[in-house]
Order: sequence, then C-alpha cells, then structure tokens
Amino acid sequence: MVRRLDMVLSSIGKKELMALSGLGFIGFLVAHLAGNFTILSGAEALDGYAAKLEALGPLVWVAEAGMVTMALVHVLVGITLVVRNLQARGQRYAMKKSEGGRTIGSRTMWLTGPWILVFVGIHLAQFTFPHKLTEEAPALSKLVAEQLSDPIWAGYYVVTMLILALHVSHGFWSAFQTLGAAPSRSGYLRDTAVLLAFVFGAGFSLLAFMVFNVPDLLK
Amino acid sequence: MELTLRVWRQAGPNAPGKFEDYQAKDVSPDMSFLEMLDFVNEDLIRQGKEPITFEHDCREGICGCCGTMVNGKAHGGFEGTTLCQVHMRHFKNGDTIIVEPWRSRVFPVLKDLMVDRSPFDKILHAGGYVSVNVGGAPDANAIPISPNAQDTAMDAAQCIGCGACVAACPNGSAMLFVSAKVSHLDVLPQGKVETVRRTRAMIAKMDELGFGNCTNHAECEMACPKKISISHIARANRSFWRALFSHES
Ligand code: FES
Repeated sequence: MVRRLDMVLSSIGKKELMALSGLGFIGFLVAHLAGNFTILSGAEALDGYAAKLEALGPLVWVAEAGMVTMALVHVLVGITLVVRNLQARGQRYAMKKSEGGRTIGSRTMWLTGPWILVFVGIHLAQFTFPHKLTEEAPALSKLVAEQLSDPIWAGYYVVTMLILALHVSHGFWSAFQTLGAAPSRSGYLRDTAVLLAFVFGAGFSLLAFMVFNVPDLLK
Repeated sequence: MELTLRVWRQAGPNAPGKFEDYQAKDVSPDMSFLEMLDFVNEDLIRQGKEPITFEHDCREGICGCCGTMVNGKAHGGFEGTTLCQVHMRHFKNGDTIIVEPWRSRVFPVLKDLMVDRSPFDKILHAGGYVSVNVGGAPDANAIPISPNAQDTAMDAAQCIGCGACVAACPNGSAMLFVSAKVSHLDVLPQGKVETVRRTRAMIAKMDELGFGNCTNHAECEMACPKKISISHIARANRSFWRALFSHES
C-alpha cells in the first residue's frame, strides 16, 4: 500500500494524474460544446436543455463533485510539477534554442493553464452560481445574451477559447503519451489533438460570436 | 577561417563562472569541433593560460563524453550527431560560437565545460541490470525473439548516456535516458522477468536525484545524438502502470 502511494506520488504518478484529470476535462468539454449548440435554436431550447440537466438531481451532484476533484488534482499537481521543473534546471542557459520538439501549445501550458482557471471561476460566477444561489435568477438565456452582447466580455470569451484550444493541442496528445498509448512524436494522436483544439476553439467562439452578432438569437 | 569562441569558464564546482571570448585563427573546415578546441587550447597553453577543460574520449560518437551546448543546441543541433562528430565546415568564417556546459541542477559543473553525469550511473545502479541467472550463452535462435522486440531493444540500447536529453529538456527531466534503459531490458526475455522491480527502482532513484518531470515537449528526442524516440517514454509509462498494479513486493 505504501509502495502504491509512493508510486502515485512519484514524478510519473503525478503525470498520470494530470493526464487522467485532463482527459476527464476533455470529455466534459465535448459534452459542454454539444449542449451549447442548443443556443442556435434559441432561448427556449437553451433554457429547456439547462432545465433537463438540472432535473437529473443527484446525478448532477455526482458530476459536480467529480469535476471539483479533477480540478483540484489538475491544478495542485500541475503546480508541484512546475515548481519541481524550475528547480531541476538550476542555472539558466545564456543561449538556448528550441531543438525542434516544442510546439506553441507545449511551450505555453504554464500560462494557458492559469488563464483557463481564472476564466472558469468567472464563468461559473456568471452562469452557474446565480441559479445555485437564488430561485429568482434570470433565465440562463438572459444571462448569456446579456454577457455576450458586451463586446469586452464577448472578446474575452473568444480569446479564452483560443487559449483553451492551445492548451488542448498539447494536452490531449500529451495525456496519451503519459498514459503510455502514444506511438511516436508525430502520428494520429498529435493530429487528433490539433483537430480537437480546432473544434473547441472554433465551436465555442462561433457560438459566442453568433450571440454577439445576432441580437435576436436568444430573445 | 577565423572564429570567435565564447566559452563558459569555471574553475571548480563551487567557483563562480563566466563567459570568456577567444579568437580561433586558421581553423580548417576539416577539423572536428573537438580538434578545434584542442587547437585553441594549444594556443592558450603557449600563452601560459589555463586551457579549456572539456570531456572527451572516443571521438567517434560512442562514449557519450563530449556533449556541450553549442549555439543554444545540444551537441550543436546536428541531426543524430555527437559534438565530436561535428565538423567545422558547418560554420562560417567570422562566426561567433557560444559554448556552454549542460545546465542541470543534477549535473553540476566540475570545470569549464565538464559536468558530473554520475547521477545517470546511480540510476543504472538502482535497476538498470539483469540479476537473475540466465545461464550460459544459448545457441543462436534457441530463444526466439521477435524482430520487433530486437529493433526496439537495439534502438534503446543506442543510448550513450551523454546527457543531451536532460540538458535540452526545458524541465531538466531524465525520462528519455531512463526510458531507454527500461526499454532495452524490458523487451528482451532475460530482462523482462525483473521489469517491475527495475521500473520502481529506477523511477524512485530518478526522482530522488532531483531530475524534473517530463511534459512531453519532445526536445530530448530532437537533441538525442542517437535519435532515441520518445516512444520509449510511452513504453516506460506503460511499465509504470504494470509496476503500480503488480503484487510483486
Ligand atoms: S567523445 Fe565519445 S561521443 Fe564524443
């Protein structure tokens, strides 16, 4: 048992935790994006979808508890990995060029991660907590229309979705490599990661853009 | 040709270091990089100065001694080439070349360009061997080994332990080295028996020594003079899962 715990807390064990929680979030994002497409069918469809989800009752609780656990694991383990990696280098190089393996996604994980974390906080405060805290919060479609009609907020959402895409473009492939499934540095998992990043980036942004540009969409 | 060398000079492990510039005159394009350093050193000795310390042994790309960071890339960044095999024809007259030792907290600088890579040996001592009795040398083909396994083991066994992977890794991780050692023993019947013990011991030692964590940048694969693929890292990660769930004590 002690050995197992030691292994889970080893460098590879921590990375496996990052990989599993990260893939969990990818699964969530797929469901979230699919659900968001109800926006295109108007306010009723969106609010109806939200009501159906809420009606799941205890299942929602389980899902939420799972998400909070994944978030804690992903964030806390991520921080310990970054700190340890900074220590491992010691003195920096006076000159260091890329050897050609790094991508813009892999380079920026330590920046895109915290950005997304802050965004999630704001996002929950804007759309999730109002309904959790009070009975008479305005309908979800109202909240969405209100936030996204503001060019600054709409811009923030779109930028964040591009940053999310960057995170996924490395994270998805990297998770499989860590789990032991990736066959090589290039290959189909790499391509799938880029494709998935594009789908998330374009999908979520498109919806934000539509709400911003078509004022009647959520009326 | 004439070159300017900007070389890291450091008198000892605890001494402060700094870059110093040297003019390398009459460098022939046929010289290897190390020969060019020898040439500069002869000049320094003639002037009564301390020559630049750099590690070297085989000078044919098999011992792993000679790695340094040249112009920001491990071994100078030439595909599948150790620094001793790099020739000066790759440089132009008038170039400034920056030569810096591997930077890793785990590989302290001993002198100038020479670092202490013995932590790699410690990882091997922890588990990079076969300790079961495998008997005398068997007849050829008595133990069938698939060509796939042969290739994997051979590719992994190419590792010369030069440290370029750690040096090039933005996280100072030793995963390429460790995974190559795990792979080349794990895929062969004689080594397979001890995979659980080996994997546990080598990972624990690697962590204890203070190497960083792999985040799959793949810089190591690109820097490796033996072109060892990060697919070995994925394989070592699979060995990790096996070791995690194994009942072996
Ligand atoms: S001196 Fe042996 S590999 Fe370069």
